[in-house]
Amino acid sequence: MDMHRAKIVKNVSVTIAAWLIALLIFFPIFWMVLTSLKTELNAFSTPPSLFFVPTLENYLVVFERSDYLKFFWNSVVISFGSSILGMLIAVPGAYAMAFYPTERTKGLLLWMLSTKMLPPVGVLVPIYLLFRDTNLLDSKIGLIIIFTLINLPIIVWMVYTYFREVPKDILEAVRMDGAHVWGEIRHVLLPISLGGLSSTFLLSLILSWNEAFWSLNLTTSSAAPLTALIASYSSPEGLFWAKLSAASTLAVAPILIFGWISQKQLVRGLTFGAVK
Amino acid sequence: MSQINTNAGIAKILVAPSVILLALWMIVPLAMTIYFSTLNFNLMIPGGRDFIGFENYYWFFTDPSFIAGILNTLILVGSVLIITVGLGTLIAVLVDNPFPGRGLVRVLLISPFFIMPTVNALIWKNLLMHPVSGLFAWLFRQVGLEPIDWFTDLPMTSIVIIVSWQWLPFAILILMTAMQSMDQEQLEAARMDGAGPLSTFWHITLPHLSRPLVVVIMIETIFLLSIFAEIFTTTSGGPGNQTTNLAYLIYTQALLQFDVGMASAGGIIAVILANIVAVFLIRAVGKSLAEQ
Repeated sequence: MDMHRAKIVKNVSVTIAAWLIALLIFFPIFWMVLTSLKTELNAFSTPPSLFFVPTLENYLVVFERSDYLKFFWNSVVISFGSSILGMLIAVPGAYAMAFYPTERTKGLLLWMLSTKMLPPVGVLVPIYLLFRDTNLLDSKIGLIIIFTLINLPIIVWMVYTYFREVPKDILEAVRMDGAHVWGEIRHVLLPISLGGLSSTFLLSLILSWNEAFWSLNLTTSSAAPLTALIASYSSPEGLFWAKLSAASTLAVAPILIFGWISQKQLVRGLTFGAVK
Repeated sequence: MSQINTNAGIAKILVAPSVILLALWMIVPLAMTIYFSTLNFNLMIPGGRDFIGFENYYWFFTDPSFIAGILNTLILVGSVLIITVGLGTLIAVLVDNPFPGRGLVRVLLISPFFIMPTVNALIWKNLLMHPVSGLFAWLFRQVGLEPIDWFTDLPMTSIVIIVSWQWLPFAILILMTAMQSMDQEQLEAARMDGAGPLSTFWHITLPHLSRPLVVVIMIETIFLLSIFAEIFTTTSGGPGNQTTNLAYLIYTQALLQFDVGMASAGGIIAVILANIVAVFLIRAVGKSLAEQ
């Protein structure tokens, strides 16, 4: 009987503690969304207003005045462009390494991982000068190239671990039936690993969308993505908290939803397959 | 036999683009950085690009802002690691228990990781930590305390808080996933033997989490060594150089003072620092690759 009561006490306290921590950690995001629905005056009133008539005015103003759609479009083009390019380059390589491994494959994979350790500031100066001399500064192409390169090792690794999980005998059985390699890839391999490939694509999208070092340093206006637009709100003149919150909410919403959908698969990519 | 040879040949061709691009990405800019770091090269001073050997390194090491930059980098990385790994482990263990609404709790817990750094920084700086109108200031006044002017009086603490908020969910996400592959029978057996929660945590959970913990620490270190946007949008390295880490210092040298030589020397120092960490990470990941 005592055991039973102890168990109930434990369950209740776990539930309360977990929910309390979760709400606390999520609170800044909730507060941002709430502020985006207030009037500018309400947004920095003390005491903070909890009950108010919500308004979508800030969203309208953000769209009209700050050319929001241009920045949003830049983010879309750059993150989709670099993710598609990255997949096109990485998937064939990962395929070869997973199904036709040589004694050098492991070393090659680790070397690719090691390129990820290069801190961006180590190459900031030459990249900046190269971009300046080739007119790539403040261009979408320039950022697409950089983001493809910085995410390539992660994409190769993640796809490689998914391919490695495809049972070898399935592929061999198809080969016995006389299927051509291309047919084998199209009808067996791709359908099996479609889930893995799409979560890899999603991770690449998330990382590109949120990348801030290169986008702050290599763009000024015409190719600037949302990370740079939001940074421009840091200028001290005027307190436009409600508009800042509205612009921020719009900027993080799509990626937040992608992240929720693919949380379990992301672990593999983020840890280079070391945790699944 | 010839079939195998063709396959090997095709395999090489398929891997080649990734390898060549990454090699170019690593070697060309890095070689340029090393070369620039030996020059007296300032974009504002036309002409002269004299070779001066290790002089830039000498100036970098003797400059008090460099020592501050290294110290700030270490303080930032160390504090965030302790907070995120410590709390992350506890929270991951907590939510591994079944309770109502666990799925939703997990979603809430990992959300900050998907917020872009500039949004993260500005939301904290304005909405929460503003000394007059921020929520924290109001809360402090409610309990009769003087509100803190966060970014003026406690600049590094503030940066540590906002960076930890972003990376705690990363630790939780990885460790939570790792917890799911725990041997339930072993846990049950330990419980049957009368092991308390503390001793099961110490003798079963922690050893099981050792590899994921190493991976979390290494990956966070790699990213934390290069923290930039959070500083750029909040303190700009100040007040003074209290929040100038190595990444921000190199940025100011390169793009604000146009001193290519000095910035390059700083860049090389950052690369060396990151490589020390990388050696450990690659060893850990290589081990897991060998076990597959």
